[in-house]
Amino acid sequence: MSDTLSAPPPALELVDATRVFTRHGGLFKKAGKAVRAVDGVSLTIRAGETLGLVGESGSGKSTLGRLALRLVEPTSGRLLVDGRDVTGVSKAEMQAMRRDIQMVFQDPYGSLDPRVTIGQSIAEPLKVHGLWDSDGPQKVAGVMSLVGLDPSHADRYPHQFSGGQRQRIGIARALTLDPKILVLDEPVSALDVSIQAQIINLLQRIQRERGLSYLFIAHDLAVVRHVSHRIAVMYLGKVVEMAERDNLYRRPLHPYTVSLLAAVPIADVRMRNRRRTSVTMGEIGSATNVPPGCRFHPRCYRARLVAAAGGVPTERSGDALLPRACLIDQPALKACGGTDQVACHFPETPETRSEVATAVLQDIGYPPIRPIPLQSA
Amino acid sequence: MPNKAMPNLHPVAPAAPVAPATAPRPVALELRDLTTVFPGDDGPVTVIDGVSLAVRAGGTLAVVGESGSGKSMTFLSALGLVAAPGRVRRGEVRIDGADILHQPPERLRRLRGAVISMIFQDPLTALNPVFTIGEQIVEVLRAHQRIGRAAARARAIELLARVQIPDPARRVDDYPHQLSGGQRQRVLIAMAIALSPKILIADEPTTALDVTVQAQILDLLADLQAETGMALVLITHDLGLVARYADDVAVMYAGRLVETGSMEEVFTKPRHPYTRALFRSIPRLDGPVDEELPAIEGQPPNVARLPPGCAFEPRCTVGRGRADCCTRRPLPLAGDRSGHRSACFHEDLPDRKEAIR
Repeated sequence: MSDTLSAPPPALELVDATRVFTRHGGLFKKAGKAVRAVDGVSLTIRAGETLGLVGESGSGKSTLGRLALRLVEPTSGRLLVDGRDVTGVSKAEMQAMRRDIQMVFQDPYGSLDPRVTIGQSIAEPLKVHGLWDSDGPQKVAGVMSLVGLDPSHADRYPHQFSGGQRQRIGIARALTLDPKILVLDEPVSALDVSIQAQIINLLQRIQRERGLSYLFIAHDLAVVRHVSHRIAVMYLGKVVEMAERDNLYRRPLHPYTVSLLAAVPIADVRMRNRRRTSVTMGEIGSATNVPPGCRFHPRCYRARLVAAAGGVPTERSGDALLPRACLIDQPALKACGGTDQVACHFPETPETRSEVATAVLQDIGYPPIRPIPLQSA
Repeated sequence: MPNKAMPNLHPVAPAAPVAPATAPRPVALELRDLTTVFPGDDGPVTVIDGVSLAVRAGGTLAVVGESGSGKSMTFLSALGLVAAPGRVRRGEVRIDGADILHQPPERLRRLRGAVISMIFQDPLTALNPVFTIGEQIVEVLRAHQRIGRAAARARAIELLARVQIPDPARRVDDYPHQLSGGQRQRVLIAMAIALSPKILIADEPTTALDVTVQAQILDLLADLQAETGMALVLITHDLGLVARYADDVAVMYAGRLVETGSMEEVFTKPRHPYTRALFRSIPRLDGPVDEELPAIEGQPPNVARLPPGCAFEPRCTVGRGRADCCTRRPLPLAGDRSGHRSACFHEDLPDRKEAIR
């Protein structure tokens, strides 16, 4: 957002949030290695804003989403809702806070009790919070209509609904308490393509009408682009890039963001036989065994290009020649061009952009792809 | 060769030859009028209805459709793997011109793996957790070939190297849980190509994987294909993967084929209103933001309760409410010489905002 806008307090703020999971040892067994699933992440979500959170599985994005609701307690760091620090508050106060922040899960089937009618499921948050009164049924019918469900189906069971309708039920349930923030964890990933669009439209309409803030966690970069105002890219527990939506897709700064963009399958004939394996090397490492220096260096095409070009101190790592900085220094997330932030020693700025990144950007349509006419048909 | 009743869907000259293909390559696998039924409460339910497809040696056919559209069931039917009480009611599955569907079970079992092979979506459930990956590959080899244990193990290591598992001589003794999702999928590919099949059917091979790994796995399949000349059937819901890897596309809806043609034809000139709507509804990296996605209204139909006419009619912005669409079922007809076919009465009409009623 531009600086000219007056800044209301963020709806949600995480300050240096860290979550360490430890495997407990037995009587004679040493405790397992600690996993820093989320490692010093700071972010804010403004009222009415959608922050997209992308990364591969194992990046810590789902854990971060749960931290925002304190479904997972942070090991350190602070959580602020509407400017109020709720990090250490009691269970009762936390309960009250959850009226303002609700979650929608990926699997709409697994998150609904099969033995309970959907009307009861949607009403449950009201009952848990002691807000069930004579207006209750009215409220349930109201949110059901809002999400495009027929209120007369309230006495049906989850199995009587399709996947897309079940996701509508999950959304209705999250909206019953009239929250200010929704954490959406892969809300459309399990849905068919034709249904994804319906749910995306629904979420955007609800946001417009109610001024909700969304933390939208997803791995699909095209979906994230469509719904987000800003986007945070996570890798092994760290945010490696945080940028305005259009900036992230037009001038991605972190090589990992470029790798993710390179891997997106684009439904365009020009993509025929387009190989991107060289941009996306290997698989995400394990959070139990985070590499020293920059966590992304074992997979980074950019580090290899920079080292090969010379002019920086280099060192050999396995069979790759890499800049020394990438091997020993963990880059901090810092501003790079306006409000965008990147954690990289050699970011892909427009002035220093590599050929790899340029080719990837051309492929994804910057400058935009125009349909090419067929030669003979 | 195509028979008279069912025109071959492939153009005489493939639209986008990867290699300089002078003569059209032979058809490796052909399905003719394949129809599969399951018993239902009100009589048999047709889950696959008259599907005719062909894939050429060295070519890639992408079969796209939503869950329940029958894309997996079509190929389970083709391999004789439909679980009872379902059964193939009608049709032929021809490999090298010979129908395999009416072979004795033992012969069919020998064909599977050796001539036609399939890899499935979930690489964890498809591997047995109590055997090492080496033992599982050896089992495949020894079930089909006269080969000693030591030789089979050596071949297993070779295959793991071929699918780019690092340090294969050591990893051959790993159990499935010791591998990442991407590596497990590589092992399944190693098993599927162990007997050098002519046809490989990959059923959503990368749906459970991250996009970065997905690209690596599909590039590997494409490399193997270029090397061996096998035909590849890629079952997917991801139109982006189709653009990158397919020569031909078949679009399925409610157990029926609605559109077939070369990838270029279907992507640049989609004909069936369902295909058109599908393309519009997916968010693109270069598409407009801040406006609604043109979603397809309604839900995919239950195949047990299909409307009497076109299965897409209730959701169709072109044909909804039209008398012919409601009463008669459109069949895939060849629209032009290119072999691009679509099953629609009104494919030349534009999509409209409001359906007629």
